Amino acid sequence: MINELNTELYHPGEWRWQEGDRTVTRTSQWTAPGCHNGCGILVYTEDGKFVKAEGDPLSGWQGRLCARCLDMQEAVNHSDRLKYPLLRDGERGENKWKRISWDEAVQWLKDAHQDVCEEIRTYPGGIGPEGFVSLTGTGRNTMWQVGMLTRAVFGSCNAGSGFLSGDSCYQSRMFSCMLKAGDCWIQDTACQFPDRYDNPKYRIPEVVVLWGHEPLASNGDLFGHWYIDLIRRGTKFITIDPALTWLASKSELHLRPRVGTDSALAMTMLNVIMSEELYDKDFVEKWSYGFDELKEAVAEWTPEKGEEVTWVPADLITSAARMYADANPGQISWGVTVDMHVDGTELCFAINDLVAMCGNLDTPGGNVLLRYAYNTSKKYGAGLEFLSKEILDRRIGIDRNPILASGFSQAISTDMIVEQLESADPYPILMTFCHGTNPLSCTGCDTTRIYNAMMKARYNVVYDVFMTPTAVAVADLVLPAAMSVERKSFRSWWQPLRSITQCCDRYYESKGDDELIWYLGKEFNPDFFNKFERLEDFLTWLIQDEGNGVDYTYDELTEKVYDYWDWNMEYKKYEKGMLRTDGKPGFVTATGKYEFLCPVLDVIGTYTMPVFIEPYESPVRTPELLEDYPLLLTTGHRAPWFFHSEHRQLKYMRQFMEYPDCDISKDAAEKYGIAEGDLIWIESPRGKCKQIARIAPGIQPQTVRIRHGWWFPEQEGAAPNFYGTFEANCNNLTTIGVMGRIGFAAPVKGGLCKIYKVTPDNDCLVGKIYKEEGGFGGEHQLYWRS
Amino acid sequence: MVSVASTNFTGEANTMGLLIDYEYCTGCYACIVACQRELELDPKTYGIKVHGYGPVEVGDDKWEWSYLPMPTSRCDLCAERTAEGRLPSCVHHCPANVMYYGTLEELSKKLAEKSTQVLYSL
Repeated sequence: MINELNTELYHPGEWRWQEGDRTVTRTSQWTAPGCHNGCGILVYTEDGKFVKAEGDPLSGWQGRLCARCLDMQEAVNHSDRLKYPLLRDGERGENKWKRISWDEAVQWLKDAHQDVCEEIRTYPGGIGPEGFVSLTGTGRNTMWQVGMLTRAVFGSCNAGSGFLSGDSCYQSRMFSCMLKAGDCWIQDTACQFPDRYDNPKYRIPEVVVLWGHEPLASNGDLFGHWYIDLIRRGTKFITIDPALTWLASKSELHLRPRVGTDSALAMTMLNVIMSEELYDKDFVEKWSYGFDELKEAVAEWTPEKGEEVTWVPADLITSAARMYADANPGQISWGVTVDMHVDGTELCFAINDLVAMCGNLDTPGGNVLLRYAYNTSKKYGAGLEFLSKEILDRRIGIDRNPILASGFSQAISTDMIVEQLESADPYPILMTFCHGTNPLSCTGCDTTRIYNAMMKARYNVVYDVFMTPTAVAVADLVLPAAMSVERKSFRSWWQPLRSITQCCDRYYESKGDDELIWYLGKEFNPDFFNKFERLEDFLTWLIQDEGNGVDYTYDELTEKVYDYWDWNMEYKKYEKGMLRTDGKPGFVTATGKYEFLCPVLDVIGTYTMPVFIEPYESPVRTPELLEDYPLLLTTGHRAPWFFHSEHRQLKYMRQFMEYPDCDISKDAAEKYGIAEGDLIWIESPRGKCKQIARIAPGIQPQTVRIRHGWWFPEQEGAAPNFYGTFEANCNNLTTIGVMGRIGFAAPVKGGLCKIYKVTPDNDCLVGKIYKEEGGFGGEHQLYWRS
Repeated sequence: MVSVASTNFTGEANTMGLLIDYEYCTGCYACIVACQRELELDPKTYGIKVHGYGPVEVGDDKWEWSYLPMPTSRCDLCAERTAEGRLPSCVHHCPANVMYYGTLEELSKKLAEKSTQVLYSL
C-alpha cells in the first residue's frame, strides 16, 4: 500500500519507549531553536544525548517536519553553544569572557539589581526595580516566562520586546481582534481538531486570502504547508504581496500594492463589498454594531481611488473583493507584514471587518475564534500580581502611551524604552535583560541607535543558546540557555495544550527558560518560589492557573502529550453564549456585538474605524526624498531554513543560503546597472547594508525586498566586525520612534531606498561605522505618531 | 561519513519506487536534509536533490514555478527504515505530502490518475 507505515512502531498512546539502545520520547518542539509551530515530534536519545527528531505521524502534524527540525542534532550538539555563565573580561565588544559559576552569576545579578534599585530611589518617586527592563524575542517560548522573570523575579514593571519598533509583531493584529471581536481569531486550517480535515464540523475554505503572508517560509503561528493541503482540497488563493511568492504564482489573483498602502486596498475592498451588498446581511443585522458608520467611512474608496493610491489596477481590486465575498467559506490569513506600517492597527481593523462582514468569523473554514488551550491566564501579563500600584505607575511611557495607561496591554513600548535609555528621563534604565532576543542582528530597528542606546545601560545581560552579536557588542553577563529537547515546559498557545518534555541532558551548564525563572525566583523572591520544590511543581501551578486551567499536574501532561480543549473545537461561539462571562450570546465587547465602529477606541484616543495613512516615507508624503531614494523598500524576507536570526551556524541550513540576497525588478536592475549576483548597497536616509542582488520575476517594479536577521557566526565576533551582523542588516535602514497613533505598528517594512553596486571605492566595514563613527550620521526621529 | 551502497542504477528489474506529485512541491528542501541526516551525508552531498524551474511568466500574470526532487544513486529508499515498516525519511517528513513510496505497480496506477507527477523506479 502506498505510504503505509506500521503504526505499532510509533507506539500509539505512549509517551516514551525504548528502541534498542535508544529512548524515544513523544513531545512537541518549541524552542530553542526557535519557530512558531510547536510541531509533534519523536525525540531519539541515547545515553542522555540527543540523536535525532522524527516527525510524529500520530500527531496532528501527521509526521511532517521542516528542514530545521530535521537538522536539530546539529543545533543541539553544536560545539559553539554557550556552555557556562560568562562574565565580560575586557571592554564591551572585545568578546573576552571569563567562565563563572551559576552561584557567581546569581551574586552578580543580585549586586547589579541592588545597585539599580539604590540609584533609582534617588530619583523623584523612584521605587527601585523599574530601572530593570527585560526584552524578549518572538517564537522563543518567552511568553509567561518574560512576565514572570520581570515581575515575579526582579520586581520590575518594565517588560518589552527586542526593539522591534511599534512592537509591530502581532500587537496590532491581536489588539484589533480583541477590540472589535473581543477575542483573537486564527485562520481555520482545522488545527484545533485532532482529526484535522476529517473532522465532520470542518469545511474546506473556497478562498484563502494571503495578506502579506508567505506561510511556507514564515510559519506564522501555524504550519505553513497546511495551505498545500487546502490547495489540494480545492481552495483557491488570492495573494496580496508586492513580490511574487511561490503561493502567489499558484494564486487566482495576485495584488501587488505599493508598499505600505494595504489599508487603502482593504478599504476599497470593503467599499466594493458594501456597495454591491455582497456581505452577510444576517450577521451584520444580528451581530454587528456600526455598519452604517463604516459604510460612510469607506464610501470615498472607489476602485479608481484605490488604484491611484495602491497602484493595484481597479478591476483587480474589485475582482478580489468579489471573489472573497462570494466564497463560502472565505478565509483571510495575515502575516506580520500587516503590523509593519504606520497604519498597521487600522489595517487590521479593516481586515477584521472584511472577515466579519462576509460571515467568516468563527465559522468552519473561516477565521475561528480561539483561546489558549484551557484559557490559562498565564501569558505575557503573567506576574502582575507581584507588582504594587505604585510601581505600575512607573512603567516606561505611562504618561504618553494610552494603551498602557488604559490597562489594555502590559507591553512597554519598545520605542519608548529606547527613548528613555537615551534620555534617562524620568529615570535612567540601568539594566537590560535580553531573554532569547538578539536585537542587534534581528528585531532592533534603526540599529545604530539601538546599539548606542544599549551601550548607555550600566548592566546588560543576554540569555541565549549561542554567543550572539548582541551579546558581544553590549553584554556584561551571558547566560547559557537550554534547547527545547532539554527543557521541561509546555505550550498552551492556541491548540492543543502540549507537553515540552525534557528528553536529553542539558548541554553543559545551560538552563531552560522555565528553570531559570524558578531558579532565580528562589534567590530573588523566595517567599513565592519556595512553594515549588521541583520545577515540575511550578509548571503545574502555571497550567492549573489557580483553578482556571487544567485539573491535572505537569507530570500528567507529560504523559498525555496533547490535550485538545473542547471549547476550541466549537464554531459560532458567539451564538452559543460561550464567549462572555455572563453566558449571554454575543461578543466580549462593550456593545456585545462585533464592532465595525469601536467606541472604546475613541476613549483610548485613536481611530475608531479603518483609516489609510500615507507611509512615513513615500513618493506621496516625502516626494523631496525621491531624487535620492527612488525605490520602495520592504524588509524581513524569509527563508525556510532560518528562524529570524537563528540557525546561521548550522552548515546544513547554510548550504541553501550562504549570504542574504535581495530581490529587485528587471527594470531596476537595468536602470541602476546591476546584474544578478552583484553585491549591492541598499541605502535609506538612515543607513545602508549590503546584500546580493537577485533579479526577481513578478515583483512590483519599484520594490526592493531585503532579508533580515543575518549574521555570520563563522566570522570574527569582536568589534568592529561583530560577526558581520551590521554588514547585511536591513535594520540599518529602518526607524525607531515612528509609530502608529496608539503606539503599535511602525514602518518596519515600508520606506524609500536606493541601490547601487558595492565597489572597492565605496566598500567599507559597516561595523566600523557603529563602533567608531557613532552611526551613519542621518537624523533620527525622536517622536512621530500617525 | 558512511558510504552507502546503491541498490539502484543496476539495470535490474525493480519493484519499488517513489512517486512525486511535483505540482505541489514548494522547494522547502526538507527532503534533502531528511536524506542527508538518514544517510549521514555532508551538506551539498545528496541522496535526493531538488531541481527547480521558474518563476517564468507563461501568460498574463500566469506563472510556471516548479520544483522536482530527484533521487541520486545514493538513494536506497531508506532500506533499513522500510524493512521495519517505516517510510523513507523524505516521504515521511515531506511538509507538502508530495512524495509517495510503494510498489511500481500501485504507483503506476496513481501516476495515471493525475498530471504533473513523475515516478522513479529505484
